[in-house]
Amino acid sequence: MTRIFVPKDAAALAVGADKVAARIAAEARARALPVEIVRTGSRGMFFLEPLIEVETPRGRIGYGPVSASDIASLFDSGLMSGGAHSLRIGKPEEHPFLAGQTRLTFARCGVVDPLSLSDYAAHDGWKGLKRALEIEPSAIVAEVTKSGLRGRGGAGFPTGIKWKTVADTAADRKYVVCNADEGDSGTFADRMVMEGDPFALIEGMTICGIGVGATKGYVYCRSEYPHAGKTFSEALLVAREAAYLGPNIQGSGYAFELELRMGAGAYICGEETSLLESLEGKRGIVRAKPPLPAHKGLFAKPTVVNNVLSLVAVPTVLDRGADFYAGFGFGRSRGTMPIQIAGNVRYGGLYETGFGLTLGEIVDTIGGGTLSGRPVRAVQCGGPLGAYFPRLLFDTPYDYEAFSALDGLVGHGGLVVFDDTVDMVRMARFAMEFCAIESCGKCTPCRIGATRGVEVIDRILDGVKPAENIALLEDLCHTMKFGSLCALGGFVPYPVMSAVRHFREDFVPRALAAAE
Amino acid sequence: MPSAWNAERAKEIIAEHAGLEGPMLPILHGLQEEFGCVSAAAVPLVAEALNLTRAEVHGVVTFYHDFRREPSAPHLLQLCRAEACQSMGSEDLAAAVLAKLGVGWHGTTRDGELMVEPVYCLGLCATSPAALLDGEPLGRLNLDKITEALEEARVP
Repeated sequence: MTRIFVPKDAAALAVGADKVAARIAAEARARALPVEIVRTGSRGMFFLEPLIEVETPRGRIGYGPVSASDIASLFDSGLMSGGAHSLRIGKPEEHPFLAGQTRLTFARCGVVDPLSLSDYAAHDGWKGLKRALEIEPSAIVAEVTKSGLRGRGGAGFPTGIKWKTVADTAADRKYVVCNADEGDSGTFADRMVMEGDPFALIEGMTICGIGVGATKGYVYCRSEYPHAGKTFSEALLVAREAAYLGPNIQGSGYAFELELRMGAGAYICGEETSLLESLEGKRGIVRAKPPLPAHKGLFAKPTVVNNVLSLVAVPTVLDRGADFYAGFGFGRSRGTMPIQIAGNVRYGGLYETGFGLTLGEIVDTIGGGTLSGRPVRAVQCGGPLGAYFPRLLFDTPYDYEAFSALDGLVGHGGLVVFDDTVDMVRMARFAMEFCAIESCGKCTPCRIGATRGVEVIDRILDGVKPAENIALLEDLCHTMKFGSLCALGGFVPYPVMSAVRHFREDFVPRALAAAE
Repeated sequence: MPSAWNAERAKEIIAEHAGLEGPMLPILHGLQEEFGCVSAAAVPLVAEALNLTRAEVHGVVTFYHDFRREPSAPHLLQLCRAEACQSMGSEDLAAAVLAKLGVGWHGTTRDGELMVEPVYCLGLCATSPAALLDGEPLGRLNLDKITEALEEARVP
């Protein structure tokens, strides 16, 4: 039996992976070849999807991007033994895009069958949990603190300190909540984990539960990710069956139960307090802080709210040790970051690496510039609330502090590349429009400010008193930045003001044209 | 196809989830899955089961973009409008699709078969422009590919 691996990651499905799998099965049947098709997550090389791999005595050999119409010719070329073909890329792990990465969090993604416990165990799965069960809960928290791991959701808050706060708060019940409401455009790492390596998230959350003394966890997944939800809920059943979840985890006496909840199409629910409101069954309205969720979170109980990527980094920290993890990175940004390179880019995908590469290396060297072949003009970093970087700032190291010094965001690690056809006034307007659509409505600067922002930019677009309106826009952004309750209204000035500051030439000609 | 409104069935769905912590969203998802929407008739039933006011339930239903007040057309096309898709021309593509179908955003084609909605990111940002057609992902889209997919789904 020859095993052929075909991804079932949503992005692979979007470009025809199901049709490819069906054609492989049909072609193998017709040729009476013994083939077992294994559906995996994605390796994260989306420019090669659908990327199929065949298991040979020399290792796995990849072919991509494959379409259903290529399958017959692939079999003719000796697919079963990794034969030569124009789509052959050789061993995927030797492909330059993967070879340059440090895959800790994403080591298994695209390699294993996401729902196979034996695959997971064979690829270092459950080792972090095993160690966690051998040490004291306080030692778990200390290890995570020492690793320097910072929240990968966007805020970059030290994970260990958050855990310690929850651990030190006395309560009859505590919760671990995983924020899988990955709404930022240009990001897909959470989705890839849930579809491609769901046991890693279960393991990370279980370790967290043991560390802080929580017995119940929730994963809040956005409804735009139906495939992630489906795979993850199947993984929960498998893990529960094997006592990796439940009243007595692997006979340790620790109890931890996990539930998946689907959101309902509200970007704001990625904000942690709004997410908690939503989990409680209310409108996703942001809460004022304090109290912090670590003190009074879900149902007013101490709650760890962590992003998927923070939690899936934890098994590595426990298994390999804090020093190993902290050995990667740059400055105060320790460990690896799964950078997601997206938009108009030649080699788009997931690139996990230690912090510290420059933005230019990521976009030009790794990403290969634009897919359209035109010059890169702007890169939006950190989602719809992140700044647009011009080429002039491409020497900025990818690091929390270096980015925030430039009013930018590392955020959840997304980079969206734009070519020189982009109209930055339009992008600034979209940022405001998006904020207006998604505002929860609780605070005035965000609720009213975003709508006024769209109107002001419309006046700039129409050439009405452009200089005055640009000044007004700056003033409005200042109010939103400092007066909003959460990061939605508070950060939307970043894309808007970065567009004004770095791409003023898009705003000014309209002013000149209007003056004539 | 969603079933027609049935208060008894609705009560069953509510009861199935009522024991959960924070049962509201699972209940509303359950109702929408069964009936294609969370209709006004469902609101008092949910309110009673959860010991809330109708206003509170109404508030939740209307807060979330997903919950409909009436069922959508049999087919649903969700076109992504977020930045990564925009960088690959999704705005022009959406305009062309809407013009071809003769609808606006949130509109239903004249034959009542297809509804088109905007969506803000599907996590398919490295294979953009992207969309979901009846929940199935589509990537690297252009007008021809969307037309082909719509034909495959047997809509005009």
